[in-house]
Amino acid sequence: MKYDPDEIKVSRRIPIIKYGEFLIVSIQVDMHDRLAMELQTQILEEITKTNARGVLIDISVLDTVDSYIGRMLYGMATMASIMDAAVVIVGMQPAVAITLVELGLDMPGVLTALNIEQASRMLRKKMKNKK
Amino acid sequence: MPQLNQIQELVRLDILKIESEFDIVRARQAVRFYAKEMKMGVVDQTRITTAVSELFRNMYQYAGGGEIIIERGDFQARPALVVTCIDHGPGIEDIELAMSDGYTSGSGMGYGLPGAKRLVDDFFIESRVNGGTTIRIVKWA
Repeated sequence: MKYDPDEIKVSRRIPIIKYGEFLIVSIQVDMHDRLAMELQTQILEEITKTNARGVLIDISVLDTVDSYIGRMLYGMATMASIMDAAVVIVGMQPAVAITLVELGLDMPGVLTALNIEQASRMLRKKMKNKK
Repeated sequence: MPQLNQIQELVRLDILKIESEFDIVRARQAVRFYAKEMKMGVVDQTRITTAVSELFRNMYQYAGGGEIIIERGDFQARPALVVTCIDHGPGIEDIELAMSDGYTSGSGMGYGLPGAKRLVDDFFIESRVNGGTTIRIVKWA
C-alpha cells in the first residue's frame, strides 16, 4: 500500500471519552459517510460496554451537517434512547442550524445544548427525574 | 426552467471528480473554499456547501461518480458561484417526482434534490434515462 496523507487524515477514528456516567464525543473532522456510520456503531457499542447513561456529542467545529450526517445523529439519538441512554447534540453552529431547517431535516425529540456544561446539567436532571 | 446561457462572464475555478466517499468531502470543502473567496457570508457558505454535499452524494450513490465544474459568473447581473455536476449514470425517470419533498429511491431520506434546491438561488436539472444527469446550482455571493 502506498502512503497517502489524505487517506490517513480522513480515516482517523474519532475518540470516545468516558466521563463519569457519560460519554463525550467531539467531532473535529469533516466526516465522510462511512466514518459517520462507523462512529454511530462505535458509540452504541461504547454505551453497552460502559453502561453510560448519556452521550454528549460536540459538533461545535462542524461547519457542514448535511442530510446524511443529520440522519446519523438523529438515528443515534433514537437508538441510544432505546438503550436507555440520552444523547445531547452540543454546540451546533447557527449557520448549520439554519441550513438544516431549510434543507427540511428535523430531528424530533433530539436534545440540543449550547455547551458541554448545559448539556451535562440537562442529562443529570433527566436522570434524576427517572429515579 | 432557466437556460444555461443566463450566466455571463463565466470563469472556471476548478474541475473535480467524484469517485469515492472521500471525494465528496474534498469536493464540498473545495466549494466552501471558493464561496469564502467570493466573500460569501458564513450562512450562505454553509448553504451552498450543504447543497453540493447532497448532490455529490447522489452522483456517487446513483451514478457511481461524476465530474464537478466550479465557476464564478454573473447571474442576473450579480456575481455568483456556479457548481455544475455531470454524471453518466442511469438518469432520472421522473424529474418532477424526484424534486418533490419526501421522495426517495434509495437509502436517503429524500431531501437530496428538493432540499438542495431550497438552499441555492438557482437550480437547473437536465436528465435523460440512460443518458446521465446534469445539475447546475447558482448561489449569489
